[in-house]
Amino acid sequence: MIEVESLTKKYGENTAISDLTFSIDDGHIYGFLGPNGAGKSTTMNIITGCLAATHGSVRIDGYDIFESPLEAKSKIGYLPEQPPLYQDMTPREYLRFVAEAKKIGRDQISAAVDEVMSKTQITDVGDRLIKNLSKGYKQRVGIAQALLGNPSTIILDEPTVGLDPNQIIEIRALISELGKTHTIILSSHILSEVQAVCDRIMIISKGKMVANDTPEGLEKLFAGKTELSLSVKGSKDAVDGVLGSIDEISDFTSEEKDGITLVTAECANEVNAEERLFFAFADVRLPIIRMNAERASLEDIFIELTKSDTVEETADELDLAAEYGAAVEADAAAAAETAGEDMPVSDEEEGTEQ
Amino acid sequence: MTAIIKRELRALLTGVTGYIFCCFVLVFAGIYMNIINLKQGSANFEYVLGNMGFIFLIGIPLLTMRSLTEDRKQKTDTLLYSLPISMTQIVLGKYIAMLILMLMPIIIVGIYPLILSFFGNIYLPASYGTLLAFFLLGASLTAIGLFISSLTENQAVAGILCLLVGIVNYFLPTIAAYVSRTAFGGALPEFLEKISLFDRFYSFPNGVFDISNLVFYAVVALVFIYFTIQSMEKRRWS
Repeated sequence: MIEVESLTKKYGENTAISDLTFSIDDGHIYGFLGPNGAGKSTTMNIITGCLAATHGSVRIDGYDIFESPLEAKSKIGYLPEQPPLYQDMTPREYLRFVAEAKKIGRDQISAAVDEVMSKTQITDVGDRLIKNLSKGYKQRVGIAQALLGNPSTIILDEPTVGLDPNQIIEIRALISELGKTHTIILSSHILSEVQAVCDRIMIISKGKMVANDTPEGLEKLFAGKTELSLSVKGSKDAVDGVLGSIDEISDFTSEEKDGITLVTAECANEVNAEERLFFAFADVRLPIIRMNAERASLEDIFIELTKSDTVEETADELDLAAEYGAAVEADAAAAAETAGEDMPVSDEEEGTEQ
Repeated sequence: MTAIIKRELRALLTGVTGYIFCCFVLVFAGIYMNIINLKQGSANFEYVLGNMGFIFLIGIPLLTMRSLTEDRKQKTDTLLYSLPISMTQIVLGKYIAMLILMLMPIIIVGIYPLILSFFGNIYLPASYGTLLAFFLLGASLTAIGLFISSLTENQAVAGILCLLVGIVNYFLPTIAAYVSRTAFGGALPEFLEKISLFDRFYSFPNGVFDISNLVFYAVVALVFIYFTIQSMEKRRWS
């Protein structure tokens, strides 16, 4: 259980994170998302005690990281963005050092080191120098280090950066496996990764928390409309005629190519337009070759929430975003309603997108 | 803290720095003993050490320049900060590791007067008193070097800065002789001589076991370790 309260960090004049408040419950894998420079690493560094905050507090299992750092630090394992490895040691020596520093009893060190090495599958490279290992193995050594001492929470800062696709899949599998026994916070700017691994998502933008929910909750919150894309064998005119007759379709565009008409149609989320479309086209004997529905993906949500990075923003907008984030945290369903009413900004933005 | 000490000692002994330092001390101890005790037939081993103070000018930067800069360069500092150990333990661990390394050649040198005493009339208390002062001189300079390495991320800069500070300190008595004798009522030259670590060392080979000098070394070491801890803590706050 990690409680972060009104955490603020300023680097001179620059505010890296401002007034961040959230809590991490046990037994979940949290994805910490944000564009580059949003303050992910800074937040993680503060939670793990590597950096001091300008103000605010972090409590880990009840211990304040600034007031009783030793107890708090023993509850977390941390893998920074660059794995902090001593290049001139072997993984085994390195892990023994970390185990000793984490005050694991002398007689249990060997067992503990062997255990984390087999968990992260680095046993067979255990006696090679770390500087000679591949990036993927180095990353594993870094994770093994974080696992030592069996901390309740493991914090991983961009654990798959710079790995090849196979290694990424392996590391993700490892993280999912670890998620069964530990609370994990994982930062990333790769959305598919977070979607694949995490069961809670926090989105941070410009040093502020803009969303904190389950992936489904976030999708529900943002999915106002479903976008259907179909390929129909038939002329554009015939297809347009059918589409125009269906009430559920609010808007559509179509384009004919080689006797096949490609359609992008929009409909409200709740109605089951797929079925209506199928029968409508069947009635006029126009075969649907392909049809799929795209609900708001995490990507859309992410872009929506972190948009203020690219669009020129006012302080008001930021406040709105923060309010919005708080609302999201409170209740996804209730927030969905307020989003429609209180957030004309977001509606406008949606409008411009179409 | 023992984990840090062990790791640092390992790092010093897997690289070349530790060995170069040990060789350096042993080579010069050997040369001076040969000249003073064997060739000139002097019965005073402390003269050997009295001539050797300058080796710290090069030995200390060599020993300390990596101590804190290396962690920052390899990004292992985040590991140390996230481990359940305090900054004081980290800094002290590194310092003690360097002291242990420094003790290794000094212990070997400590055998020399014993060997010599079989062949002549060596006054052992003076020899070992000077050896102790020699070690404490090194210890206080190490603390200064450690502090300097906490200020920068670059080994070379740390090394050169440490060397400069050492050289200035070494020549302080000479500088004191050149500044006006009447400056601040004579307080300035006196002050310069007082703060020279090397100048304080020379009383020992001359047979004066001055405890106040040893206390001075210890205080300098403690003060600079404290500065180092503060400088590292400040880094987390900036």
